[in-house]
Amino acid sequence: MSQATQDSVREDGIIASVSGPVVTARDLDARMNDVVYVGDEGLMGEVIEIEGDLTTIQVYEETSGVGPGEPVENTGEPLTVDLGPGMLDAIYDGVQRPLDVLESKMGSPYLDRGVDAPGIDLEKKWEFEPTVSEGDEVAPGDVVGTVPETVTIEHKVMVPPDFEGGEVVAAEAGEFSVTEAVVELDNGEEVTMHQEWPVRKARPSQEKKTPREPLVSGQRILDGLFPIAKGGTAAIPGPFGSGKTVTQHQLAKWADADIVVYVGCGERGNEMTEVIEDFPELDDPKTGNPLMARTSLIANTSNMPVAARESCIYTGITIAEYYRDMGYDVALMADSTSRWAEAMREISSRLEEMPGEEGYPAYLAARLSEFYERAGYFTTVNGNEGSVSVIGAVSPPGGDFSEPVTQNTLRIVKTFWALDADLAERRHFPAINWNESYSLYQDQLDPWFVENVEDDWPEERQWAVDVLDEENELQEIVQLVGKDALPEDQQLTLEVARYLREAYLQQNAFHPTDTYCEPEKTYGILTAIHTFNDEAFKALEAGVPVEEIQAVEAVPRLNRIGVQEDWEAYIEDLKAEITEQLRELY
Amino acid sequence: MKEYQTITEISGPLVFAEVDEPIGYDEIVEIETPQGETKRGQVLESSEGLVAIQVFEGTTGIDRNASVKFLGETLKMPVTEDLLGRVLDGSGQPIDGGPEIVPDERRDIVGAAINPYSREYPEEFIQTGVSAIDGMNTLVRGQKLPIFSASGLPHNDLALQVARQATVLEEEGDEDSEFAVVFGAMGITQEEANEFMEDFERTGALERSVVFTNLADDPAVERTVTPRLALTTAEYLAFDKDYHVLVILTDMTNYCEALREIGAAREEVPGRRGYPGYMYTDLAQLYERAGRIEGREGSVTQIPILTMPGDDDTHPIPDLTGYITEGQIYIDRDLNSQGIRPPINPLPSLSRLMDDGIGEGLTREDHADVSDQMYAAYAEGEDLRDLVNIVGREALSERDNKYLDFAERFEEEFVDQGFDTNRTIDDTLDIGWDLLSMLPKSELNRIDEELIEDYYREEAESVEADA
Repeated sequence: MSQATQDSVREDGIIASVSGPVVTARDLDARMNDVVYVGDEGLMGEVIEIEGDLTTIQVYEETSGVGPGEPVENTGEPLTVDLGPGMLDAIYDGVQRPLDVLESKMGSPYLDRGVDAPGIDLEKKWEFEPTVSEGDEVAPGDVVGTVPETVTIEHKVMVPPDFEGGEVVAAEAGEFSVTEAVVELDNGEEVTMHQEWPVRKARPSQEKKTPREPLVSGQRILDGLFPIAKGGTAAIPGPFGSGKTVTQHQLAKWADADIVVYVGCGERGNEMTEVIEDFPELDDPKTGNPLMARTSLIANTSNMPVAARESCIYTGITIAEYYRDMGYDVALMADSTSRWAEAMREISSRLEEMPGEEGYPAYLAARLSEFYERAGYFTTVNGNEGSVSVIGAVSPPGGDFSEPVTQNTLRIVKTFWALDADLAERRHFPAINWNESYSLYQDQLDPWFVENVEDDWPEERQWAVDVLDEENELQEIVQLVGKDALPEDQQLTLEVARYLREAYLQQNAFHPTDTYCEPEKTYGILTAIHTFNDEAFKALEAGVPVEEIQAVEAVPRLNRIGVQEDWEAYIEDLKAEITEQLRELY
Repeated sequence: MKEYQTITEISGPLVFAEVDEPIGYDEIVEIETPQGETKRGQVLESSEGLVAIQVFEGTTGIDRNASVKFLGETLKMPVTEDLLGRVLDGSGQPIDGGPEIVPDERRDIVGAAINPYSREYPEEFIQTGVSAIDGMNTLVRGQKLPIFSASGLPHNDLALQVARQATVLEEEGDEDSEFAVVFGAMGITQEEANEFMEDFERTGALERSVVFTNLADDPAVERTVTPRLALTTAEYLAFDKDYHVLVILTDMTNYCEALREIGAAREEVPGRRGYPGYMYTDLAQLYERAGRIEGREGSVTQIPILTMPGDDDTHPIPDLTGYITEGQIYIDRDLNSQGIRPPINPLPSLSRLMDDGIGEGLTREDHADVSDQMYAAYAEGEDLRDLVNIVGREALSERDNKYLDFAERFEEEFVDQGFDTNRTIDDTLDIGWDLLSMLPKSELNRIDEELIEDYYREEAESVEADA
């Protein structure tokens, strides 16, 4: 959380009442959404309601022991984040306090109260290289220099959007801390590497465009059937145990974004620890550098204060927008937006607001759409192109997709990956239901796949979808009469569909090779199954009984393509063998 | 410390009193009834001049003349290693007739959240000796793995079996770390409590246990405190005294009912089925106290037990629990009536931390593949059972029949082991291979080819084929 403006005007008030995370204060001269420090310990909070002389505050920390009469200080500023080099490779709580700094400041593995820390290190010296020289005209949003933030990412220092801009009078290379001026303008404005931005307000941009490039995830079912665009939105709803978090982790690891912002919102502590321990050791498939070098983590686990959970989504998207402004493709994973919605519900109920559906506040839909609208493929203020893709997990109670959070999310997002408990139970992972999921980006992304992967990518995909649809219909009959009652060609279709499910749709996230599947390999597996399909139907037509076709020795090897490193040779070899063995039958 | 005789309203478990000094939120209150009885409570809401107090021991006997005393601190648990072997009531008072507890320290029972940065990822396999858990839903140190059960099912026997048999495979040369059980009972019957106590005494487990019991006829509000006392004790033993602590909390359903009762008394806007909207956060504050901390020896592993009302896992209690915990173990009514013990249904069960706790060097190289394959095979067999009911076994192919046989033997040989059998992980996996070898090699598509070479039992297949 930002500390740089702490010396601005302060109006003090006094606590009138305390109930959990909701505190009311008297005599506080505050505006809506101002950040305040509550009580003798100075717990951070935010103004959420003003009624006459009474101001209602949501407090981001535990309030045990806080009582009426204690002071409340107003900072006069809305909740802001610190933007600047140092946000990557960092791990924050919901109000952008770095968790590693908190640990050393508190000297304890437990999160204590009343300790604040700036979101970026204000002392650390960074190597600044100007990209403008004296006499250049710069406007708000323009890049004035670069800083090597991590081995992977070059941080771009920009003129803040609220500056007027003008002629550069001084710009020097050298080592600076983020608070020191690196570029001076003729109107006296000084550009530092540090900006602040209120989290609840979207950063400005020139234009939002139609996304035409896929966010390649290396997950076959996603890239192959339900792709998301760079700058797109997706929702992953599913009951517990269906693999939301693993899917989110896979995307964070393998998606071909430049920057990943991972928001763990109200989820498990051990899961965040896994991310913290794993990511520094994993390599970014694009650059070979550690994944953390492109990742910013926000971890507000379920037992951390609920008000900070409400704000962590905004903290995340603001950081994402900042890197977008530099011209990067950013992917934001929010796990889970349901916990965020519940935080809103909890605070709303403490305010005794009139509840909407299932106790959620009436403004739930508005907040969700506001958030997802901050995603997109943008022309930034400085004319660059950058994107923010948002992938939100949803945890519907009882796995029931008709509940308000899922429904309101589906009205906004264009990609829907429906997780399915039945698939998870039979350990079909990723447990994404191919009959229910959809992607509305397909048509606008097909040209990219045609150009970059293979000409008949859309046709092959359609073939797979058709076979799976047919299987779905046939299964209903099989449930009634058994497989053997079907005509032989339909039995064969079921067999082909089985391989589509097992060799193509299933993917082992824990296998070192199978965990990432490039689009070419995804396409390769599909054509191998297609080859089997074509040859098998030829054999059937030539009079070979379906049992014999099923017994062909080479066919089950389709299931092993995923784990092959040298998959190109393997697929070629396998196609030839399947063809040969099937042709031997007639 | 000021005493007030200013009670204005008494409603259910709540008492409202006027005050003329600021009172802290969550502060502890002592209320003395005119009969001289002292009851403890906690500040639920504090505003100028008025506080709402939740009384743990029930409000019976309190009238408007009762005196209210604010202790100026939040609820604390006196902790010491000497608690091992002791039996306490639901609010932490000894009830075993033993000596008074001399605390080393008094700890706030609302544990602060562990900084995710300071946690250590759990990956040490705990061998429970139960095949359906070890083989397919492996428990690791620092995990929270609830048992989803329902009325009339033997969840307590399973919890006891786990408490009795749980060991960690130590590498040679490692000193045996000490193991302790903290047992928190909320609203269970005297008979159930006896069952636990007898088992603890019979097996000598009591010496390394701390028992908190809030019985069914104890005040409901006290149940909101009991698990916090238990977890505070567990954290102290684990992170200050290097114990590996297994915390068993039963029954979480009673805990949630108590939350609902308080919510209703406060006239809060209810969430699903009348449970408070903050129940997710509240439960998370309990469950998230499991874990490991970097640089500390001990660990807190939690096995909460909950009974699903109407066997319905979409009910808010199991539902919210499942979203917080790292998996769940389902006790199944059908398996139970078939006489399978323990009646664990592996299909909906899950351990999220399994993948990192198993494999070469931890359990055995084939563990993950065997488990995956058994899941898939059992799921397929289960599906076919529906079909058999309609078309009969003869109408099914040879392949399908093999899966049906597999499902049957899986339940009888793998799951059904009785509450007194303790299987090593090697035994468990070997039984797994016995069963998987019923299927042709080509069906084992989730197992690495080399592992099939090493473990597949050729004879088993031929025996099957001959028969």
